Amino acid sequence: MSEKNGSGSLRLKTGLAEMLKGGVIMDVTNAEQATIAERAGAVAVMALERVPAQIRAEGGVARMASPKKIREIMEAVDIPVMAKCRIGHFAEAQILQALGVDYIDESEVLTPADEAHHVDKHGFTVPFVCGARNLGEALRRIAEGAAMIRTKGEAGTGDVVHAVKHMRQIMQEMRELTVLRDEELYARAKDLQAPYELVRLVAREGKLPVPNFSAGGIATPADASLVMQLGAESVFVGSGIFMQDSSNFAPPEEAERRARAIVRATTHYNDPKVLLEVSEDLVGAMKGLAVAAIAESEMLQKRGW
Amino acid sequence: MKVGVLALQGDFDAHRKRLEELGAEVVLVRRPEQLDEVDALVIPGGESGTFLKLLGEQGLEKLKQFVRAKPTFGTCAGAILLANQVENPHQPGLGALDITIRRNAYGRQLDSSIRQAETTLGGDPLEMVFIRAPKIERVGRAVEVLAREGNDPVLVRQGNVMAATFHPELSEDKRVHAAFLELVRKR
Repeated sequence: MSEKNGSGSLRLKTGLAEMLKGGVIMDVTNAEQATIAERAGAVAVMALERVPAQIRAEGGVARMASPKKIREIMEAVDIPVMAKCRIGHFAEAQILQALGVDYIDESEVLTPADEAHHVDKHGFTVPFVCGARNLGEALRRIAEGAAMIRTKGEAGTGDVVHAVKHMRQIMQEMRELTVLRDEELYARAKDLQAPYELVRLVAREGKLPVPNFSAGGIATPADASLVMQLGAESVFVGSGIFMQDSSNFAPPEEAERRARAIVRATTHYNDPKVLLEVSEDLVGAMKGLAVAAIAESEMLQKRGW
Repeated sequence: MKVGVLALQGDFDAHRKRLEELGAEVVLVRRPEQLDEVDALVIPGGESGTFLKLLGEQGLEKLKQFVRAKPTFGTCAGAILLANQVENPHQPGLGALDITIRRNAYGRQLDSSIRQAETTLGGDPLEMVFIRAPKIERVGRAVEVLAREGNDPVLVRQGNVMAATFHPELSEDKRVHAAFLELVRKR
């Protein structure tokens, strides 16, 4: 692990995540979308070859986006740019670090490259964000060096139901830890399959040692408000802004309106008057795909362990 | 004494904690009219462009009037907002500090760093956390430089307005916030 204050120390890695709090991170597939996202008030963009809804519809092996594409997006905007690598694919992560992206998402949205191991993220200077469905998974990722957790939800659906499920799950498991006796934490760490030191830390603080954001199905201003009220510190919006349905992009003006609305809703998540105002301005949302209609084997959230 | 923290986006909660540790009563400011309730304001780190979008023209105007009348302290994105000239790219601001500031002047996240430098606040060198930090490229005559890192001014003051290009809210050292609260009390 990097020394306490050196370049790539955990404080610098989580420090950037602190700056993204209360904001919206948007999936984009080209420079034009990145510019729209920045103009609408995104705090960062996720540079992708295809958004999750397209990946889900088209199938095939989903890999890291082409560096050329990512560079084009990095040159188009002044806000931080993130990019995804496959779970366990440390060579893709090395390429993304050499490219100079600001955050790497080791993501279940791409096809996993390793069935047992995630990337050892301590060895990198660039910070990582990882998905989690429950506290044990979140703490395992943090033990590997993740500087930000995002709940997985079910990406590419526009259905918020599992973003809610996973946020509730993690918040509830953290609350439960805070009332356990010291000696009970050892057994709980075993159940969670997470390092005891991290379990004890959460029990004391009542929260994760890194920021906890929400992702996977957030499509409307009301969805953003919902996950923020449940405890998310920021939101990732994937397909919900730029997609009309799973294969067609929304018109740029409509995407920009949606993006602005979700940005305002995330800041004013506790103010129903503002939420009403921004919701009224919208003409539509992504058609979406109900999570309940997806076969278990097709679920992206099952990837990662 | 009520101190507002602009809570549109960014690390406002880290500022809230620090100010409360120092005994201030903190109000998280999300609507322009909340500025009428507070005696001073902290503008946190975050994305300065996002702040501007969320403020809108009306919010920016209200904030301009506030910073002319009451003590304000900005860190990183907050310093960018307070400057009267912003480069890379050029963007509007509050024009409360006679400085020229360049966004992302050190580079990307890989160039973020934690450093130490002397200050005029007294005591040991101060730890400074720089995250995708801006650089102050010019300071006007009325601006007092409270700290430099290398040749660059990183902590400055002009009248009731203070700005840091680093994040004192992410260090344990409380001296910078204490100096700001001292400024508020003296008024």
